[in-house]
Amino acid sequence: MLPIFIRWTPLMIRNSRSVPLLACVTLASCAGPQSALDPAGPSAASIHQLGIIMYIGASAVTLLVAVLMLVPFMRKNDSRANRKLFLWTGVLLPAVTLTALVPYVLAVGHETRTPASPNQLSIDVTGSLYWWSMSYRRTSELTEIATANELRLPVGEPVELSLRSNDVIHSFWAPNLAGKTDMIPGRVTRMVIQADRPGIYRGQCAEYCGLQHSLMAFDVIVLPRREFDAWLARLTQPVREPPAPELQQGRDLFVSIGCGECHTVRGVVESRRGPDLTQVGARRTIGAGTLPGGVGNIAAWIASAQHLKPGNAMRSYDQLEGPQLRALAYYLESLK
Amino acid sequence: MCVRFNLSNDPGMSKENLVMSRASLALIVFGCFTFIAGCRVPPTSSIPDRQVPEGDPIRGRAIVASGAHGCTGCHAIPGIRARSGVVGPPLGGMAQRSFIAGQLPNTPNVLVEFLQDPPALVPRTGMPDVRVSLEEARDIAAYLYTLDAPHDP
Repeated sequence: MLPIFIRWTPLMIRNSRSVPLLACVTLASCAGPQSALDPAGPSAASIHQLGIIMYIGASAVTLLVAVLMLVPFMRKNDSRANRKLFLWTGVLLPAVTLTALVPYVLAVGHETRTPASPNQLSIDVTGSLYWWSMSYRRTSELTEIATANELRLPVGEPVELSLRSNDVIHSFWAPNLAGKTDMIPGRVTRMVIQADRPGIYRGQCAEYCGLQHSLMAFDVIVLPRREFDAWLARLTQPVREPPAPELQQGRDLFVSIGCGECHTVRGVVESRRGPDLTQVGARRTIGAGTLPGGVGNIAAWIASAQHLKPGNAMRSYDQLEGPQLRALAYYLESLK
Repeated sequence: MCVRFNLSNDPGMSKENLVMSRASLALIVFGCFTFIAGCRVPPTSSIPDRQVPEGDPIRGRAIVASGAHGCTGCHAIPGIRARSGVVGPPLGGMAQRSFIAGQLPNTPNVLVEFLQDPPALVPRTGMPDVRVSLEEARDIAAYLYTLDAPHDP
């Protein structure tokens, strides 16, 4: 077997033109909105770096072990030499590598634990079965401004997240930005994340929390500071009176059938039991990643929420009349 | 080589074998197949006018499958990977269905118009205007007319 290996290795190296190509193809498939292999922030980058060291190291160890397994076949039993080999590769090598690795691993991801600076943006993220509340508070203002299933961040700034849970243990995970952090009922876990590239990333609950755990996702939208400020200012404003009569009808219906028991539309109804809908029309998904946004899916969600995401806290409003359903959906879609 | 059949229980006839040539056997087999083939329900989608000349069913399928307009949120559509919607009628069999929304004749022009603004044609419908363009409506209609009726179990 060893001779074959020796004969083939130079061939593989000689044909090295295919290696970069193969590497490119492999790496391209790693990019994406929800990939720890495509880091967009310092914390994710350090985890990614550790990952690469581990992949290469583990490959080298596997190769070494495979070669060492051939040793007994290749030479006669020489107990002194074997003992020496065992000492070097079986004891000394692992001891040195692991000793070096432990402090390095402990330091990885320390970016998420940096202390808060006074003017830092701070966001309360609360996990519930099966959605996320994102509540923005700035030290200059006392009022909290909430949105749901969508985390908007200014690019290149460390942002402090206070993670809470309303019910069971969830875990906040946006792989492109940082590692997982658990959200534990009755406790506040803190993490600092930073996104260095504007763009849209996807986050996901990473601690099995129940029937719809897989449909508990959120978008992370990273914006330049000016756009972020404009968005936040818009979010604080009460929703203005809808211009069209059909939208007004939708708004009236929204209030009269009791959507405000759970939802907030700033300036119209106020409840923190369910997701804040002040900007639901601008959201990329409906139902925490269940459906893409848009009026069609909003209508589908209102009429059959329990069918689309069984076990979520919203009932299916399947006793509305056609025009009522449409008016509600148009109204919610207009909230941007 | 021949095939022999003993067709009779009559002792007098027992020694007598009926010999059939390969040709006649083939004829019987052919007849059987023809008979069985005749049991198939003739295709009903031979309605010549349910064609959308400018529509591309492949593009239409892509539009529907993308979920951007939310078709699958309300409708069960065979062959599209999504949780089948239960809000509106299933769209399997649109190629044979007589009515759109139970009210309008299912012709290509009406379907294309309906897709662009359902409440304009059916005021009591629950289907919102999902802002489908004329081109998209043609593609989607062409795709819907590829959906044959689901087979009976």
